Amino acid sequence: MADLSKNDEAVAAANEEALVAAIDAPVERGEPILQVRGLKKHFPLTQGILFKKQVGAVKAVDGVSFDLYQGETLGIVGESGCGKSTVAKLLMNLERATAGEVFYKGQDITKLSGRALKAVRRNIQMVFQDPYTSLNPRMTVGDIIGEPFDIHPEVAPKGDRRRKVQELLDVVGLNPEYINRYPHQFSGGQRQRIGIARGLALNPEIIICDEPVSALDVSVQAQVINLMEKLQDEFNLSYLFIAHDLSIVRHISDRVGVMYLGKMAEIGTDSEIYEHPTHPYTQALLSAVPVPDPEARAHRERIILTGDVPSPANPPSGCSFRTRCWKAQEKCAQEVPLLAVPSVFKGQDTPAAHFSACHFAEEKQVVPAH
Amino acid sequence: MSIIDKTAAVPAPRDGSHTGPLLEVRDLHVEFHTRDGVAKAVNGVNYSVNAGETLAVLGESGSGKSVTAQAIMGILDMPPGRIPKGEILFRGQDMLKMSDEERRKVRGRKIAMIFQDALSSLNPVLSVGYQLGEMFRVHQGLSKKDAKLKAVELMDKVKIPAAKARVSDYPHQFSGGMRQRIMIAMALALEPDLIIADEPTTALDVTVQAQVMDLLAELQQEYNMGLILITHDLGVVADVADKIAVMYAGRIVEQAPVHELYKRPAHPYTRGLLDSIPRLDQKGQELYAIKGLPPNLLRVPTGCAFNPRCPKAEDICRTEIPALAPVTEQDGTDLPGRKSACHFWKETIHG
Repeated sequence: MADLSKNDEAVAAANEEALVAAIDAPVERGEPILQVRGLKKHFPLTQGILFKKQVGAVKAVDGVSFDLYQGETLGIVGESGCGKSTVAKLLMNLERATAGEVFYKGQDITKLSGRALKAVRRNIQMVFQDPYTSLNPRMTVGDIIGEPFDIHPEVAPKGDRRRKVQELLDVVGLNPEYINRYPHQFSGGQRQRIGIARGLALNPEIIICDEPVSALDVSVQAQVINLMEKLQDEFNLSYLFIAHDLSIVRHISDRVGVMYLGKMAEIGTDSEIYEHPTHPYTQALLSAVPVPDPEARAHRERIILTGDVPSPANPPSGCSFRTRCWKAQEKCAQEVPLLAVPSVFKGQDTPAAHFSACHFAEEKQVVPAH
Repeated sequence: MSIIDKTAAVPAPRDGSHTGPLLEVRDLHVEFHTRDGVAKAVNGVNYSVNAGETLAVLGESGSGKSVTAQAIMGILDMPPGRIPKGEILFRGQDMLKMSDEERRKVRGRKIAMIFQDALSSLNPVLSVGYQLGEMFRVHQGLSKKDAKLKAVELMDKVKIPAAKARVSDYPHQFSGGMRQRIMIAMALALEPDLIIADEPTTALDVTVQAQVMDLLAELQQEYNMGLILITHDLGVVADVADKIAVMYAGRIVEQAPVHELYKRPAHPYTRGLLDSIPRLDQKGQELYAIKGLPPNLLRVPTGCAFNPRCPKAEDICRTEIPALAPVTEQDGTDLPGRKSACHFWKETIHG
């Protein structure tokens, strides 16, 4: 009996070993490194203090699927409240998914635990939006960037850490002598560089960036964006780039996904989305972006949506966009459109034939071509 | 305060007896006295707005664009703020020399302001109807009931659906775009001559941003108001402004009609800003980035404040402050409304 349980333990340990090995194995460029399938996160709404009764759920993420390929940047855009930040948290395993799978190199990370989960976490890192609150004001820059090494000591042996941190500071364009300074001694752009250095510390393969530049000044935004592109080439990183600024997303992304109310409305390469959008929401979103060119203002068609985004606690039936859509018909209220190549474009060799969740998908150019 | 002060004439009425610009800011200086020294937030700003015109003030954080607006409104914290020099002429009258009482008559009634963050600018414990009605109760002495009716009217004006039913709701019950509409309604309440909008759409999503900007433009036209739009977003400016003033470290570095500025910037900072924003309609290569950081206002660089970050800087830029001088064509013909504060504006615009 005792022998058997020992045997079991040995098998479990061997399994875990195999898992960690699989997680650490490299992925070829252009292969999917992260596959998300039907991801859902519902936050329960409860009533009562002592006997909490669930009265509903906020469907923050409601069935999102996409692939992230090795070495690419996938941009996720959408208005506030569409669930893009919740997706980031789910991919980091900071929130437990209600349903769905996230495959990292073939392993479903929503079901992992222990050493295997730790190995995954080392390979997926995050850069946060607000550089003012995401750095501990009582820690020096050296401690902040070096903290990941305390959790994953195998990456850098103890004596080596200071040198590693200085190297990282140099990589992100900060003076390595700043290692003993505190966050308040830096400007917003410099702080975001510290956040990026921390994300890079463990040599991750994927970096999830949640609005990394929206808190920065225009002239500093460009510096940080350029740095991120440089680092991607240097370290062969895959980015999931979440932002609400469509121009920046276009600049940095290889592929773009548009989210609306917890669902993916449209996904494709950057030119498919920006030059040949087929989903009405994408078209409205693109046409609303102010273009910094007064000449373009005259001959530009603008679609101005009426109303606000519906509450995710009580989304409309059928297509969630139908309440603000100018094309909405009976069918939209009854059937949920699937994210697929629309039937009108099926089999055609046009850039409009990409995934779009609309019953009445049709190409419409809203961004003036150059 | 003497009786004469109290009854002194309020700036000229709307009949147009005053000619010239609606608002003129002349050589305005604002400084803040802090423990670490004197921060010079505004160092000699000049601009003017006419009725029905939109002036956009563009700048990064710390450039002094909001401080200028606060000085115009008279809501600057003094101390630590101080206005050592300058004039703010509203219909020809210097507002800095007015008594508090006179100032109060102008504020809200003649010049109104829209703030960036509607949630923190509205009082969370009062209903929006009460807050909107306050304008009428205080300035026009209306009864509570009449003020509420007026509030409903205003909410209809800014296209808030079901205004009658929502007038007693509290700010948190509205979405971000609706709250910004309430801010606009509040600013419009007394049909002012001038509205100052400080980053009115920065906190909003793009689709809502477009709705709000459209509303603002529509109402401006209807009432023939002057509008000062303070923003850091070059895209928003291109869509609505007539003329632009670009600010850097408390000075205006370039002034131009909107079309001209985007086509041919006459200051390296403006050029840098335009080159550093990614474009929706273009997939560029590497972005041009202005190197370095905006200056610390306690230690503004000598000479041109932009010189440490400027690719064209030469010795003269480090010693001499360039004046905001008119810009001309290569052959010397005037470019109306264009000014640049750069020693090398010729090379920048024509080079």
